[in-house]
Amino acid sequence: MFELDKWQEIFSTVQKNKLRTFLTGFSVAWGIFMLVVLLGSGKGLQNGVAEQFKGSATNGVWITSGITSMKYKGLKTGRTIKFTNEDYNALNTSIKGHDHISSRLFLGNNLTSYKNQYGSFFISPCHPDYGYIKEVEMLQGRFVNNIDIRDFRKVAVIGEKVKAALFKGSDTIAMGKYITVNGVLFKVVGVFRDFSRNDNEQRRIYIPVSTAQRIFDGDNVIQQIAFTTGTATPEQANAMVENTKSLLSRRHTYDIKDERAVEIWNKNEDVKRFNALFSGIRLFIWIIGIGTIIAGVVGVSNIMMIVVKERTKEIGVRKALGATPDSIIGLILQEAIVITGFSGYIGLVLGIGLLQLVSSKMPASDFFKNPEADFSIAMGATILLIVAGAIAGLVPAMKASKVRPVEALRDE
Amino acid sequence: MKPVNFFMINIKNIHKSYVTGHSKLHVLKGIDLDIHAGEMVSVMGASGSGKSTLLNILGILDNYDSGEYMLDGIPIRKLNERKAAALRNKLLGFVFQSFNLISFKNAMENVALPLYYQKVSRKKRNLIAMEYLERMGLKEWAHHLPNELSGGQNQRIAIARALISKPKVILADEPTGALDSVTSLEMMDILQDINRTGITMVIVTHEHDIAMRTQKTIRITDGMITEILKN
Repeated sequence: MFELDKWQEIFSTVQKNKLRTFLTGFSVAWGIFMLVVLLGSGKGLQNGVAEQFKGSATNGVWITSGITSMKYKGLKTGRTIKFTNEDYNALNTSIKGHDHISSRLFLGNNLTSYKNQYGSFFISPCHPDYGYIKEVEMLQGRFVNNIDIRDFRKVAVIGEKVKAALFKGSDTIAMGKYITVNGVLFKVVGVFRDFSRNDNEQRRIYIPVSTAQRIFDGDNVIQQIAFTTGTATPEQANAMVENTKSLLSRRHTYDIKDERAVEIWNKNEDVKRFNALFSGIRLFIWIIGIGTIIAGVVGVSNIMMIVVKERTKEIGVRKALGATPDSIIGLILQEAIVITGFSGYIGLVLGIGLLQLVSSKMPASDFFKNPEADFSIAMGATILLIVAGAIAGLVPAMKASKVRPVEALRDE
Repeated sequence: MKPVNFFMINIKNIHKSYVTGHSKLHVLKGIDLDIHAGEMVSVMGASGSGKSTLLNILGILDNYDSGEYMLDGIPIRKLNERKAAALRNKLLGFVFQSFNLISFKNAMENVALPLYYQKVSRKKRNLIAMEYLERMGLKEWAHHLPNELSGGQNQRIAIARALISKPKVILADEPTGALDSVTSLEMMDILQDINRTGITMVIVTHEHDIAMRTQKTIRITDGMITEILKN
């Protein structure tokens, strides 16, 4: 199978008809090239969008109080909904299946200082569970805990960039030091890093929500509740969200269909839609890619039929000299596989090369990242090639094996 | 131990018809033929007489409808392609009117081809091929392609190819048909030399001069043997 002779033969038949072989191989090369580039681009798109999802749990649900937009039970539109700690408790007890829950306040950017370093950072009061919901990585120390909440402690968990801004020069140890937030002293108990792409997320300071309620805002006001749905299926997660809607719409007397009164973002839904979209895109790409490859394979098959016809006499001679039908099939099949394999390989190399080039030269964009064709794609394409070549050569090869030496050798 | 006057080729009452569409052409109508080992016979007949068909059956290139064919004591009847190919390779050598060399292989590779189908290694078979080319006086032309050589040279390459598998029988279909008269005579000399080494020969021809150089001439007319002449 791999002897020099067979390769020499294939090489010389190819040489005799360079243009024809090139044109045949071209359609296969093109098919594989398109498939690889499309798949890689699809992956790049997927990577880019997936990046947007980083920085908070994919099974998170965020519930923010808003303003009613529908009349309900005699009440006018434009009412501001205000959440309280009782809403947090109500959700915590009624919604079954959540594994983390936290309430939040929005205090906006506040002046923060340490010694003579100043900065304006986003202060985010929350419960301990928010560390899980937000997927923060603790670099030093710890996140807010239940004792902080119970005892209204003045503790702060600062982002990497906050630490870098306030603790400079010779004084870079932040743990245990006191920073001043909006005029109040807070002790630094942890330093975190956030995985989201948003730079602002690194410039945050988390403090216990109970402390914030007592010191800064009115007692018992919260503006957002967030929870994660644990191991719930998308359908179960949706049920949890529906329960939340009915509970809150009852407690605050607004139409359950009013989407502005309480805004709910169920990340599960987004992720599900995202996955479905990209599955669809991937399927579409494969269909196109395979369609193109089929066109190429048909081309190769056609050419091999012509080759068999041209070599009918030669096949007859070989049979007279002792060639078995199997060896004739092998002859044709091998040539088909070589042409398909070789041209497909060129398409593969060019496709991957293009992806690499784009990947390195293109500036990082919001929605396109690492358009790589990973190893499994390359492997898949290669196997596809070999199979395609075999199929392309099969019918011509069978025809060749049935050549009757008598007729082949008949002198014209 | 085979008897001295052993029949290399033994044909009894062979019938062959060709079916074309709805009509049936009865080409061989009961051929009886015995050829001894080492004999050199010619087969003569008009076009359409059935001589080529007979040669094809002898060469296990075609099937026959009824009768018996024994080649070197082996019954040849409805063999599958693989067995047929193996027997052809082992027992037979072919020489064709239009040489039928493979155009993209050089002289040496063409001669070596039967050994390729015997699964002989490349080095070995090329070596043996060179020996046979030398015997045909074509050593210097070993790496030339067929289209770079004359008709006579090509036919000699074909003969070398026919001999390399050490066959018991050589079947030649108008071996001098494409050659001029001088080269034709040289060709018959070579064939006679080969016959003297003990290889049975069957030569189909329409030329009287060529037939005269064989020991026996068999005439076929309308699918039957009409005459067997000793020369």
